[in-house]
Amino acid sequence: MNFDFPDEVKAMQIQADDYLTQTNARAAARHVIEGAPSAARRDWAEMAQMGWTGLIIPEHLGGNDIGYIAQCALAYELGRHVSPAPMASSIYLVAEALVRYGSDAQKQKWLPALAEGRISACFAEAEGLSQGRGDLCAAQVANGVLSGVKKPVPDGMDAELALVVAQEDGETGLYLVELQASGVTRQVVQTIEGIREHAAITFDKAEVDLLVRGQTALTDIKQRAAVCIAFEQVGGAQACLDMAVAFAKERFAFGRAIGSFQAIKHKLADMFVAIELARSNAYFAAWALSTDARELPVAAATARLSAGKAYWLAAKENVQTHGGLGFTWELDCHLYYRRHKALKLLLGGNRVWENRLIDGLKSGLVEL
Amino acid sequence: MDFRDTPEGAEYRKKARAFLEQHAQLEPPDSGRGYRDGNDDPAALERAREWQRIKADAGYAGITWPREYAGQGGTTLEQIIYEQEEAQFDIPRGNFFYIGLGWAMPTLFQWSNKEEILKHAGKVLRGDEIWCQLFSEPAGGSDLAALRTKAVRDGDDWIINGQKIWTSGGQYSDFGILVARNDTTQAKHKGLTCFILDMKSPGVEVRPIRQMSGDSHFNEVFFDNVRIPDSRRLGEVGDGWKVAMTTLMNERYNLVELVPPDFEQIFHLAQNTVLESGPALDDPAIREKLADLYCRAQGMTYTNFRTMSALSQGKTPGPEVSIGKLVNSGRLQESADLGSDLFEQSGMLMEEDMPMRALFQRAYLYSPGWRLGGGTDEILRNTIAERVLGLPQDVRLDKGVAFKDIPTGPTGN
Ligand SMILES: Cc1cc2nc3c(=O)[nH]c(=O)nc-3n(C[C@H](O)[C@H](O)[C@H](O)COP(=O)(O)OP(=O)(O)OC[C@H]3O[C@@H](n4cnc5c(N)ncnc54)[C@H](O)[C@@H]3O)c2cc1C
Repeated sequence: MNFDFPDEVKAMQIQADDYLTQTNARAAARHVIEGAPSAARRDWAEMAQMGWTGLIIPEHLGGNDIGYIAQCALAYELGRHVSPAPMASSIYLVAEALVRYGSDAQKQKWLPALAEGRISACFAEAEGLSQGRGDLCAAQVANGVLSGVKKPVPDGMDAELALVVAQEDGETGLYLVELQASGVTRQVVQTIEGIREHAAITFDKAEVDLLVRGQTALTDIKQRAAVCIAFEQVGGAQACLDMAVAFAKERFAFGRAIGSFQAIKHKLADMFVAIELARSNAYFAAWALSTDARELPVAAATARLSAGKAYWLAAKENVQTHGGLGFTWELDCHLYYRRHKALKLLLGGNRVWENRLIDGLKSGLVEL
Repeated sequence: MDFRDTPEGAEYRKKARAFLEQHAQLEPPDSGRGYRDGNDDPAALERAREWQRIKADAGYAGITWPREYAGQGGTTLEQIIYEQEEAQFDIPRGNFFYIGLGWAMPTLFQWSNKEEILKHAGKVLRGDEIWCQLFSEPAGGSDLAALRTKAVRDGDDWIINGQKIWTSGGQYSDFGILVARNDTTQAKHKGLTCFILDMKSPGVEVRPIRQMSGDSHFNEVFFDNVRIPDSRRLGEVGDGWKVAMTTLMNERYNLVELVPPDFEQIFHLAQNTVLESGPALDDPAIREKLADLYCRAQGMTYTNFRTMSALSQGKTPGPEVSIGKLVNSGRLQESADLGSDLFEQSGMLMEEDMPMRALFQRAYLYSPGWRLGGGTDEILRNTIAERVLGLPQDVRLDKGVAFKDIPTGPTGN
């Protein structure tokens, strides 16, 4: 039994932590939210050089194919540093979809560029208020062109490529769209997160390239991405706990460190417990992802629900532990509080995943 | 990354499984497994004893004990593997021997001598000797070191006077590990000493206490000039706190075990229940609760995998081992609550005709005890905050003060 990251993955994780600390990913996140997203672009190219964008891309397509476990470990660090890098959009979702469903030509065209960090990509599913199920979306493809509006699209302003969820002849499909082509206009939209730029993308008879048809493929891609995102969530929660613990040891009130007050102690202990449960569930999901196990749907839902719960507890109680300071723009607590909400909503909220989980158990996907 | 057994682990699991299949039946999820064997029923004790003998004969008792003390000399990992397998079978589940097997004997291994250990080890393994833990007192529970039972040296003996409380299984026990105060002029953790007490000694009186669940598993134990020979002292005079901590560490570690109902049982119940609004499993509120219980159950299962990984690589498990009892006792209470709700109005009826209902009702009534015994939820949170997260200790009014000068409440406790 080795229910832990292998040593080489741990080494990569340390390297990632070093890089994100040196380049100050949190400050980069702050730049984006303050309207200067430029640094994020430079970091993206450097991350590609370190091989972070090629972990699940085969070597003959420019990747390093190190695998999902490494990608999950990296996701943990990105989440811990609230990095604004478009990793979830470009890699967990779009590269993943290309690897699994792309034709040789599609893979050749896009995967090397993604692996090398020459481009980034976005996943365009939501449609404002009518978002959610692929089979309810309004974006339509007919005669090889797409019309409709997608918003918010995380990382949509910078991306060269979009993977768009749309309907064609009453069926859901996933389509590749080049965003510099004609018939595409983009506008920045404000979101509750703000740490990644979000776009509203209008397609007006934009040319598309069909990747794959069917709700099943959409569900598959989202649940695979959910595993990596669960690691970002656990990482974010851990960062909140670390901040709160450090502050609780330093801040004095009534002549003693606030960390000696039990109300604070118990809060932080509860965060620890929730995070450890979430971490364990995420490990199992990483295993299921890396081995294509039949348990994956249940494992992904479990990891996502439990990571979301831990992150929520940690993000809000970190603000609380910091007192008035925690409520300021200047402190980083709010970056995590915001990111928590974005990660929880991206890919669908709790109801969606509770249903996946219970339906998976009902159909006997896992042994109880 | 994988969570398969090591080849040796797999081999061990196979053997354990074969043993269990030979001697017991697998239990279906609707059997209400776990509700029957109370802890204050002499017939349950006999059943448990018989099963313990079968295990001992086959080498599945004292798995981690040293061979020189009649144990198997096995690993913690093997112990866990065996428990995982056993949990699936219909075996007597009365809890009579766990203190002796899991906590008391390991304390003796560390603090007693070979001659003394050999007097007990074989009998404990076969369920022929039952042990209890004489720690808590009316004046010392969470704050165990506030205990007052006195030990006074008299020649080769010690004379014990005072009272213990909440002593699980005291009414059946042959021996107990006792911690008592030998010096009230020292600070409270310093004047303590531990002993092996023969429960049949003159002057020991055990009075069962009725619990909120209706049964009487724990007791008051009174000592009236009870004599203990000095040869039965554990550790040095004044080292009682250290000795007691060994026992408590073993206690925390072992309490990670599962108590029914487990998730399979609550899920099975929900799957077979139709409410006014339709099938229970289609109800979003019930789905939400079940999903949350599943996340916690699996979170514990996989956390145990992490512990097992560390153990199988010869490493010390990380701080995640400290969450087990806190998580398990909380979800036990919540699934008991949800389960009994699913029976709607009939959930009130306590007739034993439906094993599943009885299981959830019993769990509803005994789960509060799990949040208290072996360290309360609050104490466990303190421990995580201080030992794992490194937060400063609470302000303490009794620090460095001689025991006799420490303030007490209006009732003297
Ligand atoms: C089913 C069961 C079996 C038991 N078996 C045994 C046994 O075999 N042997 C034995 O020696 N003991 C046994 N106990 C006793 C058990 O260890 C104590 O009940 C427990 O340690 C709590 O002590 P107490 O009952 O004195 O409660 P108290 O310590 O008085 O606690 C009362 C409340 O105050 C809280 N509290 C106390 N101190 C703090 C603090 N520092 N911070 C925050 N909150 C605090 C507690 O969490 C609790 O909620 C058993 C108890 C139960 C319920």
